[in-house]
Order: sequence, then C-alpha cells, then structure tokens
Amino acid sequence: MLQTSIWEFTPLLLRGALITIEVTLAATVAAVLCAFLSGFLRLSKSRILRLIGTVYVEVFRGTSLLVQLFWLYFALPILLDIHISAMSAAIAAIGLNYGAYGSEVVRSSIVSVPKGQYEAATALNMSPWLRMRRVVLPQALPLMLPSFGNLQIELLKGTSLVYLITLTDLTYQGMILRSYDSSKTPEIFAMLLFLYFILAYSFTWVIRFLERRTAKGRA
Amino acid sequence: MDDEVHGGRSPDGVHQEPVVKYRKVSKSFGSTVVLNEIDLDIYPGEKVAVIGPSGSGKTTLARMLMTLEEPTAGTIEVDGELLWHQEVKGKLVPANEKHLHNVRSKIGMVFQHFHLFPHMTILRNVTEAPIHVQGMSRAEATERALEMLEKVGLSDKVDEYPSRLSGGQKQRVAIARAVVMRPRVMLFDEATSALDPELVGEVLSVIKDLAAAGDMAMMLITHEMDFAGEIADRVIFTDMGSIVEQGTPEQIFERPQSPRLQAFLSRFRQTWFMGGVQEASISAEKR
Amino acid sequence: MWDWSYAFQILPELANVLPITIAATVVGFAAACALGLPLSLARKSNYKAISYLALGWIEFIRSTPLLVQLFFLFYALPLYGISFSPFAAGVLGLGLHYSTYMSEVFRSGIDAVPAGQWEAAKALNFGKRRTWTNIILPQAVPPIIPVMGNYFITMFKETPLLSAITLVELLQTAKAIGSGSFRYLEAFTLVGLLFFLLSYPSSLLVGRLEKRFQRK
Repeated sequence: MLQTSIWEFTPLLLRGALITIEVTLAATVAAVLCAFLSGFLRLSKSRILRLIGTVYVEVFRGTSLLVQLFWLYFALPILLDIHISAMSAAIAAIGLNYGAYGSEVVRSSIVSVPKGQYEAATALNMSPWLRMRRVVLPQALPLMLPSFGNLQIELLKGTSLVYLITLTDLTYQGMILRSYDSSKTPEIFAMLLFLYFILAYSFTWVIRFLERRTAKGRA
Repeated sequence: MDDEVHGGRSPDGVHQEPVVKYRKVSKSFGSTVVLNEIDLDIYPGEKVAVIGPSGSGKTTLARMLMTLEEPTAGTIEVDGELLWHQEVKGKLVPANEKHLHNVRSKIGMVFQHFHLFPHMTILRNVTEAPIHVQGMSRAEATERALEMLEKVGLSDKVDEYPSRLSGGQKQRVAIARAVVMRPRVMLFDEATSALDPELVGEVLSVIKDLAAAGDMAMMLITHEMDFAGEIADRVIFTDMGSIVEQGTPEQIFERPQSPRLQAFLSRFRQTWFMGGVQEASISAEKR
Repeated sequence: MWDWSYAFQILPELANVLPITIAATVVGFAAACALGLPLSLARKSNYKAISYLALGWIEFIRSTPLLVQLFFLFYALPLYGISFSPFAAGVLGLGLHYSTYMSEVFRSGIDAVPAGQWEAAKALNFGKRRTWTNIILPQAVPPIIPVMGNYFITMFKETPLLSAITLVELLQTAKAIGSGSFRYLEAFTLVGLLFFLLSYPSSLLVGRLEKRFQRK
C-alpha cells in the first residue's frame, strides 16, 4: 500500500475542480436561458405557449436529476441514433433541470412587479417589449437574485452526479485517488467536501455582489 | 339639443370636432355593470372635471381612454380615429396592438399613486419615453425634460431617485413625465387623493399652470371641488355608471338639479366654499 | 427504437423495486425530521457557541453534495469500524443532509408562533416540556406541513443517488436491466415516468394543502 500525504492529492483534485467549475458555469448559462424562456412562456397570453412552459417545468421538476442525466446520456442517443458526449449530456440535463426550478423564480418575480408600473409604462405608450425590457425586468431581476443564488448552490452540488456518467469532475478524481490508496478514503472525501464548500461560498459571494450592485436607487 | 347629449361647446365657443368621443360605452366586470352606455364628447383644450361617489365608474371612464381597460360595448374615438376598433374591409374589428399604439400616443395619464419608475432617476423617468417611444435623441429629450422639470419646480432633484422624494414631488414628476410626451388629452385620475393634505397644493398649482397654458384637453377625476370649480370648463357628475348631470361649475355646484347630485354635494358642504352657496339655497331647491 | 412489448415486460420488475425506493424516502424523511428538530433548537439556543456551531454545521452540509456525503458514510466510515448497509447508509445520508433544511423549516415554524403563547404558558405554569408538546409544537407544525411535504417529494427524487452506494432501487434496477439486454431506452424512460407519476400528483396535493393553510 502506497503511503501518500494528502497534499499530493491536490493537483489531481484541482484538475477535477476545474471540470466541475466548467460544468457548473456552462449549466448555469443553460439553466438561466431555460428559466427565462419558460418563465416567459408561462406568462404568455397564449394558452398553448403557457401549456408548453408548464409541461417543461413539471416534467423536469417532477423527475430526478440523476434519472434525467442517465436518460440523456444513455437513452436519448438510442432514440435519435446519435452520439452525445458526457459533457453535453451533463450540461443539458443540469441546465434543463435547474432551469425548470428557475422558471418559477422568473415568473413569480415578474408577476410581483406592481401593476401600476405596467400601467404607467402603457400610459407613456411603451410597447409591451419596451415595457418589459426597461421597466419590468430591471425591477424583477433584483427580486430573482436571492432565489437564483440558492439554485446556484444546488446546481453546483448537482454537478457531483456527473461522476456517475464518467465525467472527470472533482468527485471522479476523488474516487480515482481512493483507488490509489484506499486507507486515505476519509481524508480524500473530507477534502472533496471542503473543496465543494469553497466553491459554493465563492458562488454565493458572486451572487451577493450582484445583489448589491442591482440594489441601486432603492432606499 | 346638442349640448345636452354631448355636453358642451369647445372653450372658444365655436363648435370644433371633439378630440374624444365616447359613444354608448359600457363596461362590466363579470355581472357588475360599472359603466352604462356613456355618451361623452371632450373638445380640444377643454378642461373637464369628473366628480362622483366611489364606484360610480369615473376612473373606468379614464382608464378605457388610456387603453388600460377594454370597453364591453361601444366605441371611443380620439381625434376622429377609433381607438379600440379598426376598420378592415368596411367592418369593425377589435384593434391590434399596433393600432392601439398609434392612437394611444395622443393620450397621457397621471395616476393616483404616481407609479414613477423606482430604478431610474427623476431625469431618466422623464426622458425614457421620449427617447424610446418617440425616438427623440438623448440630448433633445434631456433638454425638454429639464425644461419640464423646471416648470414643475423640481430642477434641483433631477439626479435623485423617486424613493427620496415626497408624495407631492413624486406627483409633480409624474405630471412632467406625462406632459413631456405632448398628448392631446391628459387624464388625471384622482391625482391628489393619495397625498398628505399639506402636499396637495403644490400639485394643484402645477395642474392649474398646465390648464392655463392652454391647448391640451384635460379630464380631471377629483374630489377637490373648489379646485374643479376653478379650472374646469365643464363638470360632469357620474353615479352608478351613468352621467347624471353636467354643466358649468356654476351650474353644478350652485344649482344642482338632480337629487343624487344634491345628496353628493351635501356631503362636501362643510369642506368647500364657493361664492354664494348657502344651506338655505340647497334646501330651497329640495322643495 | 421503442419497443412496447419489452417495456411492458420489464415494468413488473421495476415496479417490484418501488417499495424499496418509497421505504428509503419514508425512513430518510423520518430521520431528517428527527435530526432536524434538535438542530433547529440548537440554532435558537441562547448560548452563542451552540448556535454558531449549528449554523456552521448546517451551512457545511447544505453546501456540499449529498453524493459525496453518502460516499463518506458508506466508504470512509468502515475504516473507523462503522459499517452500514447500503440502505442504512442511504437513509442516514438523506436524513443528515435534509435535516439541515428541515431545521430551517422548523425554526420558521416555531418563530411564527406568537410570543404571547410562550408568555401564557409561563403564566399557567407549564413546564418546559409541556410548553413544547402541548402548546408550541401543535401551533408550529401545521403551517409548515406543506413545506415538509415538498421536501418529502424532493427526497423521493433523490433516492436514485443511493444507487451509487449500491442500493438496489429503481435506477439501479433499470441500469441492471439495461446492461443485460443493451436496451436502455425503455428502462430509463419507464423509471422517469414512474417518478413523475408519483411525484407530480403529490406536488399538486401539497399545493392544495398550502392553499388550505393560507386560508386559515
């Protein structure tokens, strides 16, 4: 049995962390896009569009992320007769899953902007698009940030699942290290937890920063 | 007689085309009828005050003109053009957003609760629509906005955010914001009702200056009877969804004809003063 | 492509494992509640040290992945002589992880009980224990039941993670079926469907409960 010090684990773990960060960022972008798209769909005047949005949200909120991950990586390629890389499946599954949760945040924040704002904008003859862009969204966005911050942390934790579809993320590297020296298992997992914790706090810090920046003008 | 149905002559006494025409306009919310077959004309530059108990439909009257509520029946015309309808191949169809947008440009509104944009400075609140709706250059919009803000007495607050202003100041900004768009008709929906009493005067004075400046028609929904009397060319009394009585301020406040108007005014007896009104003359009318 | 007859063939095999998934959810939820209540009391403790320790623990567990925590319980603890079965490690992991969420829910429920209730209890000379069991908890718990219901559903959807520590639940069974016949499509789709058919109506039920409590 090879005796290794935990500091020798660091380079490999950092390489895994990089993949984790990569997946997190890419999936976050995907999730935000899905959240806004479906949020607006569910606010649409058209019943069909609203239904599409609702179906998306309920299906992806109502099934397990891991199942979605497996489905996109193993089942979908069979259905469409294509090849999907682990990275693509990961970003798609995580993005779609957390986008569904984000959709409710988007929808409820936009709805909570006071009706008077809509009316004042209409009275000034703003088109619905202009009104959304320059009056409603700027007021809705600060309301979304706290919930988005929470979802961001959940998303980060969700990326640990990609290990199970053989993506070489932080958790994967931890398991590799374990195979080198299983006596160090507790230390390795402790380091994993610690690194995830640091990542989570960094993201929280970014969200807090954004919250402060968008709070201008409000007493 | 023309005057009885459509209510009035234009201020200069010569019959012009009305700038706003309500024809048999009705509005129901579910089974509740809020407005019942309203016919009303407003002439260019005319100042019309609308008074009446809450729930009488007067706010809805204004909101339908501002396209915030759709009439259940009837038509509204602005400057000769139908507002809520379009003529397509000789038939009347509900207007699309583009048409509403075109006609809406002639109407402006000031709300009871101001509804300033909290995430923009005062200056931006006033320049936002001229730039993005009317396509004005930032420089020109800023110039006009500053001019307007000076007229309402808020030049020193242009870079502040609305949260820092008092109610009266906010409403003055709201007026500047609406007027800078140069509408043909301005609607004031209980513009001072949400203000602390000591702030009402500054807003009324701004509205008075606007009225004097001239060519914009105004519909003032208000409880400030003496103010209405001062600046209105015509006063309209609504109750339970209909126009019960209308006339000059003198006719309405000093010689109310209908019992409902008399009852309504008697509730305000202690709070307004207008040359010559006595308790005795009102009780004399009742006989 | 999709084979209906195959799908119906494997459905019973999948349905058979459903009780394990549900059992894991129920026991895990019970553990989360059992661990969450003391944690919430620790957070509300007047001793700053205890309160901050609890906060630190909660933040740490909530910010780190359940998967890694499960690995720790299942793979690392045996090195210290503590061995769990996959089911035990699974429900313990779920319980520990979600107790941190539950503690916040309990805390808000307890905080929502008007201060006057505590004072009235004192005036009537209720002991600490009685105050909690007879007066506070009966008022604190009903409004938070919908939220707890949502977490129950969430935990249900997390049970597939337990396949990573070799618990034979729905996903693990689907994987086994799929790898045996090289047909993953029907297996994984049916698993997704089963989760959806169980969790969506449940979430509608919870929504209904929420409305009922809002009206009170």
